[in-house]
Amino acid sequence: MALFIGKRLLMMLVTMFVTTVIVFSLLEFTPGNVASKTLGPYATQAQKEILYNKLNLDDSLVVRYVRWISVLSGIIKDPVYDPDLKLGYKDSRGDQYFGNFGWSLKYRLPVNDIMWRRLGNTMILAGIAFAIIVPLSLVFGVLSGMREGSALDRSLSYTGITLTSIPEFASATFLLVIFVLMLGWLPGTSNMQNFEPWSWASQMVLPVIVLVLYDFGYVARMVRGSMVEVMTRPYIRTAILKGLPYRQVILKHALRNALIAPFTVILLQIPFLITGVVVTETVFSYPGFGKMLLEAALFGDTALIEAATLIAVFIAVTTQLVGDVGYMYINPRIRFI
Amino acid sequence: MAHASSDDYVLEIENVGISYFTRLGEIPAVPEFSLKLKRGESYGLVGESGCGKTTVAMAIMNYLGLNGGIVKGRIRFEGRDMATMSDEELRAVRGSRISMVYQEPMSALNPSLTIGSQIKEVLAVHEGVSDAEAAERSIEMLSDVNMPDPERVMTRYPHQISGGQQQRVVIAMAMLSNPSLLLLDEPTTALDVTVEATVIDLIVQLREKFNTTLLYISHNLGLIVKVCDRVGVMYSGSMVEEGTIRQVFKETRHPYTFGLFDCIPTLGADKHSRTLQPIPGQVSLPHERPSGCSFGPRCSYFSQGVCDVGETPLETVSDGHHVRCRRIDEIRHDPSTVESEVVGGHGDAVLDVVNMSKFYEINDVSLASLFKGQSRHYVKANERISFRAQRGRTIAIVGESGCGKSTFAKVLTGLETATDGEIMFENRNIAAIPVHKRNQDLIRAMQMVFQNPDGTLNPSHSVGHCIGRVIKKFGIRTDSKGIREHVGEMLDVVRLPKAFSTRKPRQLSGGQKQRIAVARAFAGNPSMVIADEPVSALDVSVQAAVINLLNDVQKRYNTTLLFISHDLSVVRFLSDEIVVMYLGEIMEAGSSERIFMPPYHPYTEALLSAVPIPDPDIIQKRIRLEGEMPSALDPPGGCRFASRCPRYIGRICNDEVPPDRDAGGGHTIKCHLPLDELSAVEPIFNTRDSAG
Repeated sequence: MALFIGKRLLMMLVTMFVTTVIVFSLLEFTPGNVASKTLGPYATQAQKEILYNKLNLDDSLVVRYVRWISVLSGIIKDPVYDPDLKLGYKDSRGDQYFGNFGWSLKYRLPVNDIMWRRLGNTMILAGIAFAIIVPLSLVFGVLSGMREGSALDRSLSYTGITLTSIPEFASATFLLVIFVLMLGWLPGTSNMQNFEPWSWASQMVLPVIVLVLYDFGYVARMVRGSMVEVMTRPYIRTAILKGLPYRQVILKHALRNALIAPFTVILLQIPFLITGVVVTETVFSYPGFGKMLLEAALFGDTALIEAATLIAVFIAVTTQLVGDVGYMYINPRIRFI
Repeated sequence: MAHASSDDYVLEIENVGISYFTRLGEIPAVPEFSLKLKRGESYGLVGESGCGKTTVAMAIMNYLGLNGGIVKGRIRFEGRDMATMSDEELRAVRGSRISMVYQEPMSALNPSLTIGSQIKEVLAVHEGVSDAEAAERSIEMLSDVNMPDPERVMTRYPHQISGGQQQRVVIAMAMLSNPSLLLLDEPTTALDVTVEATVIDLIVQLREKFNTTLLYISHNLGLIVKVCDRVGVMYSGSMVEEGTIRQVFKETRHPYTFGLFDCIPTLGADKHSRTLQPIPGQVSLPHERPSGCSFGPRCSYFSQGVCDVGETPLETVSDGHHVRCRRIDEIRHDPSTVESEVVGGHGDAVLDVVNMSKFYEINDVSLASLFKGQSRHYVKANERISFRAQRGRTIAIVGESGCGKSTFAKVLTGLETATDGEIMFENRNIAAIPVHKRNQDLIRAMQMVFQNPDGTLNPSHSVGHCIGRVIKKFGIRTDSKGIREHVGEMLDVVRLPKAFSTRKPRQLSGGQKQRIAVARAFAGNPSMVIADEPVSALDVSVQAAVINLLNDVQKRYNTTLLFISHDLSVVRFLSDEIVVMYLGEIMEAGSSERIFMPPYHPYTEALLSAVPIPDPDIIQKRIRLEGEMPSALDPPGGCRFASRCPRYIGRICNDEVPPDRDAGGGHTIKCHLPLDELSAVEPIFNTRDSAG
């Protein structure tokens, strides 16, 4: 078991290493360079050249990659903070520490000052949505899968498919029209900064609903499919013919087996909710991780893109690891391989 | 006939009709069925699949699903009508007063709950006992079903114990609240023959101990003889013959019952002394039943104007013996004719296997092995296999699952290559040549028939394409007209109409698919065909037809047939020579007659003693194997069978590889016991004095 987790952790590191190489190389092909971005559109060519040389930007890709990794792991100082450059960049943590992601050009702040705050915001949104999606999908998935073809099953299936098919921007607009324009019950933006006159909670309502509507149908259908399958298994017949109450047949015998297959799907919603909700965050101007990633990409904020990608990949692989270990726990047939 | 009061009957099924309601309308699975079981009685229900046996059992439990129901009649259990019970009352009966043992124990147990929690809940729900008491009684019951180490088993999951043990768990679960009626639906079909024998012993033993009434459903007449007092033969949803074991087996009256007996191979005869008589046709589907006698279309005594008019009544022929047949007084059954035509071997060896071994390497990745520095283990699937197969002969390889017989077939066909030794096939060593390096001619010369015809025919290709491909590929014919002709000939050989060549596999029955598989294998005129359990997935009458077919086709082409099977009755019937394998090694080899008579290898002796025999007059010596087959991963060093051998003689068995003792006539026995001791045993099968 320990060996299994150890192996998986090693694989995680390899995955993340490969990702950083790919992201670093890809950014190489984007137009513009850091020097011109840093100095802004009004700097002269000469000024750019000086900075370009000071930052050693004409070194080969490999050398710059190694330098970036070294800065990140706190082995060397980040050159942009060099007071000689007179850029005026300042990081309260110093210019050499572990986890130094560099300077965000877009937000004119150290990456660590902007990224974690945005990630926190998104986690709140994702957490609330997740806490609603999972129990809701389980309850409805199990109820409809329990009796395949029943009226409840059919209506839930149709609702689920319909909801999943509506894109987030469509449902968001629709909800905005009803609750903001027509009824005036809720705010149209969720900037998470001014809580007057709209409270924190009222700002969260619409983004959460959009995410739940979009994701719930998908997860519920996965649970339903698995439940339908489990209900046809001979061991369910055994349980019924043992004389167990139906409730116990479902809760003790069916549920756990029905969760094995959708378990991975449910966990995969975590990375999706954290990094894949760009549309929802943009529509509601929610200061989240996805919106930040979008803005960084549009601006060409290399340091922030690299940092955010690394975090996103980290979340994805961690979820996978948790998924594998959890899977082993709920499915005794593959325990301790 | 004395009229018993209703109290004496545990179960009374009176004129019950069971139907399923589908889009096609009502499907009468069981049109009318009656059965009465006295307390403490053991009743067997036999018939081919699709005859409604399981439907009856499920109706007794009142568990017919959403689309099934009892449309007429009544099922009374201990005097109460099951259909009028509330859900609450039904639950109180299920699992407590009536319980059930299922066909496949692995799937009948919940894979993600421990065995303990699955057993204990029976007591918790029916008797409301505390967890500690439930645990204690569960352990007690597990010991009653002869489960080794019951405390430990309680904490295990179903996949961690063997199939035989799983079935013991299901039986323990069923017996826990001391039910008055136990339904057993093919409880041993998924088990190996020696395991089956111990489970059957257990059922008999529990019945005596708890005086439980049994309803035993099986297609295996041999098991019915061992377990039951009375037997009912079902055909297409109705009872066609019913009586005591002796009445049904020895004074058989119904043509269908005759038919069943005629198509099962018995140990007393082989292909040279009797033929199997398959029942023609198939069980008619419930919505296509003919008028009059439902067996009419398949019956050789069918008489127009007599059998197909009106309902055929169930008539009493003697006390307790009922038969549903119009012509009962006119028909007399002749046992199948004897034809004696022994075809000897030609002496020309097609296959000569010399000291062949096949090991699989396993890389152990556990921490313990890392410390020991021993990370490589070998699964010794086949070791020191030597035998010779002559042209035109049938050689059977028998043994229980895990004995390495399928690995052997894989090595022969080149799906795997041998680790060591030689396989001389038509004077060429093929041991190390994988199939993709074998030339067309070599592949053509060795073909296979597999166990499951559903899985081996490509569902999107027509039958003609499937057989034609072989003919084309191996260059038997090359022009499309010639190929078509040859396909027609092959279909003729397997006795299917030529029109079948355009059909897709889904339009064929299981037996027809297996015929196609046989046609495909023989289409390239191979010199050897390997048949891996070719009939074990088929119903008895279809099985008889396919066995006959294999036999005829083999004779016609003078092909060597290597027949892999676990069914000793089939093997006895079909094969000239038998090779008995255990845990990767050959234990005994010799001609069919010699294997079935002393001297026996102790393992063969145990196998023979476990074969169910559908004849109440034959008594078998009772030898049961203890424990489980050891793992092929690091098997025992000396004799492979030492750990379970009933005739174990001491250290020598564990330490030294036993010699191959020559019992004469090519009969070899791998055992440390000297021949005279092996010979000095009673034959396994003895005929009981009929009078007694």
